[in-house]
Amino acid sequence: MSTDTTTPFSDATGDIERKRRIGRAFVAICFASTLVGIVALVALIADVLYESWGWVTWEFLTYPPSQSVDYFLNGTRGAGMYPAIVGSIFLIALTAVFTIFLGVGAAVYLEEYAPENRLKSFIEANIANLAGVPSIVYGLLGLAIFVRAMQLGASLIAGALTLTLLILPIVIVSTQEALRAVPDSQRQAAYGVGATQWQVTRDVVLPRALPGIMTGTILSLSRAIGETAPILMVGAATSMFVAPDGLRSAFSAMPMMIFEWATLPQAEFQHVAAAGIVVLLTILLLMNAIAIFIRNKYDPRS
Amino acid sequence: MSVDTDQGVDITDSGSSINNRKNNFVRYVFFSCALVTVLTTLGIILVLVQGSIQFFSEVSLIEYFTTTNWSPVIEPRSYGVLPLIWGTLMITVGSALVAIPVGTATAIYLSEYADPQVRRTIKPTLEILAGVPTIVYGFFALSFITPIIQTFFPQTGTFNAAAGAIVVGIMIIPMVSSLSEDAMSAVPDDLRNAAYGLGATKFEVSTSVVVPAALSGIIASYILALSRAIGETMAVTLAAGMAPQITGNPLEPIQTMTAYMVDIGISDVSVGSIGYQSLFAVGLTLFAMTLSMNIFSMWIRSRYREEYQ
Repeated sequence: MSTDTTTPFSDATGDIERKRRIGRAFVAICFASTLVGIVALVALIADVLYESWGWVTWEFLTYPPSQSVDYFLNGTRGAGMYPAIVGSIFLIALTAVFTIFLGVGAAVYLEEYAPENRLKSFIEANIANLAGVPSIVYGLLGLAIFVRAMQLGASLIAGALTLTLLILPIVIVSTQEALRAVPDSQRQAAYGVGATQWQVTRDVVLPRALPGIMTGTILSLSRAIGETAPILMVGAATSMFVAPDGLRSAFSAMPMMIFEWATLPQAEFQHVAAAGIVVLLTILLLMNAIAIFIRNKYDPRS
Repeated sequence: MSVDTDQGVDITDSGSSINNRKNNFVRYVFFSCALVTVLTTLGIILVLVQGSIQFFSEVSLIEYFTTTNWSPVIEPRSYGVLPLIWGTLMITVGSALVAIPVGTATAIYLSEYADPQVRRTIKPTLEILAGVPTIVYGFFALSFITPIIQTFFPQTGTFNAAAGAIVVGIMIIPMVSSLSEDAMSAVPDDLRNAAYGLGATKFEVSTSVVVPAALSGIIASYILALSRAIGETMAVTLAAGMAPQITGNPLEPIQTMTAYMVDIGISDVSVGSIGYQSLFAVGLTLFAMTLSMNIFSMWIRSRYREEYQ
């Protein structure tokens, strides 16, 4: 009901200016929030590198740990995380064997064989739920089933089986995606020349989906190698002075050693823990780089 | 996607019965692999329930859920789980205060403001945060976050709930930001353009159109992130301490349910003792909390999902 007819929108200009300011402030807040995550990541990496500076030596990779922090210093007797590195590598290699067999098998069943019925949707809902179970609960499962009931003890194989169950849901879901990406026309063509379902799966679907399966599996394994809680519950040792030498052998792993060092009261052990983290993160980075390399090299879409 | 060839007349039957038998055998092998996941769930429930039954045959449920002192291993023994639940809730609420505002604002920026090139770089960079092992966050809390807190609040101890909550919050930012961004990006441009056509500003479109339209996905991401915070173990064990107590002060040490389980895991508690059994009672409590949150999150997503063509 404004009577001012010469400038019909005069009362709106102030409003527009106010809205512009709100808009700019809002973008600034959102952008700053985005930076929070980035800054935290940079701070974390910088902190670890700073604390470990000078402590990651050749001896650190090739010597067993020591109770005395002096031995970790350069130019002394030498101490490090060799048994834990070997332990982690064995652990992940074993986990890889179990996971590839079970994960690919389950995913092939769900994608290629299972009819669209209640059983299939039940299994898939169950897998989604398993992915949300805290990793320490898997540790309890491993402790009660593998260590106690199956009498495997606090061994490498008990740890690997526990980690396998932990990452199985992720491996199955990523393998399913890889299988889904294989065009149906290729299956039809193979059926057309008389192949059985197994022959189609083995000779057509799996070879084509292999890069995707590999990528997903390696990424899941890189999650497993950093897991502490499940293997801790299974009974991985905090300090082992020899590398494991068999499936039933007691073992330590990199995250367990880092945990041990981080909880020691002497301040110098913080540097040793940081050095352990650098080794762990380097291995993680390598695994991820391999996964991304495989994806980029063999992905038909890129 | 699978093509069912088992029905109808099998024209290859006469020549290759070996192939058919092999085919059936392989089907059972694959089915058994899928069955392992079901057995895992059954195994978890069985193990937790069985251990808990033994625990609750000696400790009453009333004592467990209503008393406020937790000391199952050290005399005088008492079995009130509330301090552990309280510790877990402090970490969860604290991490939510970090991750929900930061994650949501990040998601809005990435989905509504950032150009696609920036989004393609920042989103995977943030997701690195979710891939860093949690033990590393524990170290980061001890060596970086706690000293910062101590410069502002000198009375803060080495172990404190605040540092634990902050690192867990950082850890779950990408869960909130990535899942919320997915939900916001799925909102069709028609809705945005309709709002612009009515004279809305970009701020109004983001907050009054896109966020409400993506709300089910955003809320689901919050719940998933919180469920992850509840189950988080190593970071809170290292950062927040081993002192089960009910306190409102985030600068004091606390103990979460998960940290208690680690505490028992690294000590020499004999099998069959009440301390060993308490692992499973606490594990069952934790499992029940995370499972109900995960199911709630799925329910919200499917119940309130806005379907767009």
